[in-house]
Amino acid sequence: MVNIVDRRLNPKDKSLANRQRFLRRAKRQVLDAVRDASAKRGVKDMRGEGEQISIPADGLGEPSFRKGGDTGVREHVLPGNKEYRVGDVIPRPEGGGGGGGRSEGSPDGEGQDEFQFVVSRDEFLDLFFENLALPDLVKKDMKKTERFANQRAGYSVSGSPSNLNLTRTMRNSLSRRIALRRPKREHLRELEREIDGLERSGKEPQRLRALIEELERETHRARQIPWIDPIDIRYNRFEPVPRPVSQAVMFCLMDVSGSMTEDMKDLAKRFFMLLYLFLERRYRHVDVVFIRHTHIAQEVDEETFFYSRETGGTLVSPALDEMYRVQRDRYPEESWNIYAAQASDGDNTPADNPRVIKMMRETILPLTQYFAYIEVGGQSLHMASDLWRAYDKVARTHPVLAMRRVRRRDEIFPVFRDLFTPVQKAKAGA
Amino acid sequence: MTELEESARLLYRGPDWDYRKLKRVHDAIERIAHEELGLDTYPNQIEVISSEQMLDAYASLGMPLFYRHWSFGKHFARDEMHYRKGLTGLAYEIVINSSPCISYVMEENTMTMQTLVIAHAAFGHNHFFKNNQLFRTWTDAEGILDYLDFAKSYIAQCEERYGVREVERLLDAAHALMSHGVHRFPRRGRLNLRQEREREEERRRYLEATFNDLWRTVPTPESGGEVDPELRALEARQERLGLPEENLLYFLEKRAPRLQHWQREVLRIVRQVAQYFYPQKQTKVMNEGCATTVHYYIMNRLHESGRIDDGAYMEFLHNHTNVVTQPEFDDPRYSGINPYALGFDILQDLKRICEAPTEEDRRWFPDIAGNGDPIGTWRHAWAEYRDESFIMQFLSPRMMRRWRLFRVHNDAEDPDLEVTAIHDEAGYRELRKSLAAQYDLARHEPDIQVVDVDLVGDRKLILEHRVVDGVLLDVSTGMQVLRHLANLWGYAVILQEVDAVSGRVVNEYPEVAPDHPFVNGA
Repeated sequence: MVNIVDRRLNPKDKSLANRQRFLRRAKRQVLDAVRDASAKRGVKDMRGEGEQISIPADGLGEPSFRKGGDTGVREHVLPGNKEYRVGDVIPRPEGGGGGGGRSEGSPDGEGQDEFQFVVSRDEFLDLFFENLALPDLVKKDMKKTERFANQRAGYSVSGSPSNLNLTRTMRNSLSRRIALRRPKREHLRELEREIDGLERSGKEPQRLRALIEELERETHRARQIPWIDPIDIRYNRFEPVPRPVSQAVMFCLMDVSGSMTEDMKDLAKRFFMLLYLFLERRYRHVDVVFIRHTHIAQEVDEETFFYSRETGGTLVSPALDEMYRVQRDRYPEESWNIYAAQASDGDNTPADNPRVIKMMRETILPLTQYFAYIEVGGQSLHMASDLWRAYDKVARTHPVLAMRRVRRRDEIFPVFRDLFTPVQKAKAGA
Repeated sequence: MTELEESARLLYRGPDWDYRKLKRVHDAIERIAHEELGLDTYPNQIEVISSEQMLDAYASLGMPLFYRHWSFGKHFARDEMHYRKGLTGLAYEIVINSSPCISYVMEENTMTMQTLVIAHAAFGHNHFFKNNQLFRTWTDAEGILDYLDFAKSYIAQCEERYGVREVERLLDAAHALMSHGVHRFPRRGRLNLRQEREREEERRRYLEATFNDLWRTVPTPESGGEVDPELRALEARQERLGLPEENLLYFLEKRAPRLQHWQREVLRIVRQVAQYFYPQKQTKVMNEGCATTVHYYIMNRLHESGRIDDGAYMEFLHNHTNVVTQPEFDDPRYSGINPYALGFDILQDLKRICEAPTEEDRRWFPDIAGNGDPIGTWRHAWAEYRDESFIMQFLSPRMMRRWRLFRVHNDAEDPDLEVTAIHDEAGYRELRKSLAAQYDLARHEPDIQVVDVDLVGDRKLILEHRVVDGVLLDVSTGMQVLRHLANLWGYAVILQEVDAVSGRVVNEYPEVAPDHPFVNGA
């Protein structure tokens, strides 16, 4: 007596709910670990498969009463004696008692200080960008409704057979059969049985005749009233619902002139990388424009932007000009949310500053929802750079400009979070 | 013999499996198991699963359905990582002590592996579950799946009603006491998990039917309404509360003053689950030994009778050898004694003693040596023993010599370890005693009991850890568990460590007050 069952078709991810609970519980530690991990990695690895993280086990331990390892007397029986005789003394090996006596009391059989596991890329990014939203994504534009999703919307009397709603249909059929008094099968059988009995016994011919007539009537009726009538049939109805997609364009500006060392570039790269992942993740429709500049500015593709080398002087205003040009050409203000992020070491030719301020105040900032400026590199804290001073003036009057300094890799993420955490007063509509 | 006749006798060829072959193999194995080994098994249900599902099954203690809790997610995350990194392989099989007995086989396995797994799990483990005394006393294979179904839905309902956080907190506390939530000695008839569910229904109906809002508003005698000096007598109290009680979860479920009905029921569920798994903890060596012996016997018989070809047999031997390898203590792969190896070797040795005993065997095992019935002797062993008594009874001097066992005395006070017994005439009994003790759960798990409750005063709960050989509790986890315990009890908890022999108090934990008690109406 055996039953062989194929369970492979069962829904997968039976443990998913438990896993999510676990992650929720470990959130704080996981976030810290994720942050450390992001500080240590190259730009490209961010898109890896997943991420192995270790989190401290406190708060995740499952305590139970167990015997401690450092008190009392124990005896261990071990296999594989080579030369020991009774009375021999063995120096205590590293890591506690004689190897074999590890108690089986601990349910997870591991040290209690570190817990290692792998988070998937999605989980990683979810944690990574949790609670972040592009600020003030308010100008929702419905121009690009890029797909219609089907939504259940009641029942209809026509449709494709695959959408047949059996429950509804049978309910209608049943109520119709009851209403029209379609004779039940049991009733017909009952009659037949009785007729049968009467025919055999030959008693009560009158009753027999009446019964036969009734049976004929009833069968006729049953034939007239169908079991399922087209009128009963109901289909699930679906309605296509437009899913609005808010579009955003993000301009990434970076200084790639000689004064930017590889190290600084690396920091800037990281910042944009984060941004890029973040946007890809949060918004369905985001265009990204990369503009790099020395004393001339050009729009480039991502690869060039991050990985090719340039030398030259430093002028910021051309980059702003270029951004404005691209925006005018391709991203009309009324249907795009415009964001900009700029990374630079703060170098700028002093003569260019007034122009930069004017540009920012009059054209760029009025257009953008948000302009994040991060200054990378090891400038001393007391000496504000040229560009910083210029932007600082602007920022006082225009809150959409946000500025932060980043010096080390591990500061990138906190700064990023800092910049993109929705402010309480303005609930970012993400 | 022609090719055609050969293939008619062979159960299968090549590595691929399909359902027809599984069925044929199962039937062939069943014949050998029932007719030659005389096994008595539950009906079998063999389920084919993928490796992801195997990981899933790991995470909830191998059960096909289980309530939800973050700790299972944690285990899943860890197992998954180990598996992905190739640190650990997956088990070839998981088998569930239920009726019908469910064995999981993985789709990646070759046909030979499937044959091996069917012999091992669907007959070896299955027979053990059905016949071993411990399982017969403590588990209800008929009812377990229904009960887990009830548990899962009950806890889900509680989550809906009282919030996921609250239920999770309660389960955390209950899980911390799980190892001390079992009855170690039978005290009533066989339990029936099906009735459990009905009992819970009945209780709830009764509560609803007899609910009277007035009672809620009657002031309860919170702080010792009437002090009866009689009650001060410890014996009277202990008598009344059924103390000392070693089953902490049971005690809390019945006696904790401030828990609500649903909280008691959740404790009860955790307790039932712990009780269900308790026999498995005590019979690791025997259970695996039994299953390994059965599969070894059956695979050999299949090969002898020409039902599987040489290639399949070689593949089986390769796997079998991997499973029953025992690395020596100085081998980097050594991580304790392998239960498969120990169980299998003792049972094979037993067979030898029954069939071809030496003089020494006759001295050591007068009642079984040379009885010529190894299979009957096996069946008797599987039914009547658990690991500790099994080793005590059947570990022969020859086995100890073969394994070259020796005993090390480890006193935490001393800088060095001392060898106190080896595999020689003087050491056999000592070794056997110590190895058996190593498998005695009562020695592994600290013996903790509720000894007193100060009912008239501040309702302190007083626990005692009876210390054996001076081994104290691990302090940090101990404190955490006490915190959980205090929250469940609702009042402060005190733990004393008392030497089992002299009765001296060797260590006293500070009083732990509840920081977030589970309270009525909270």
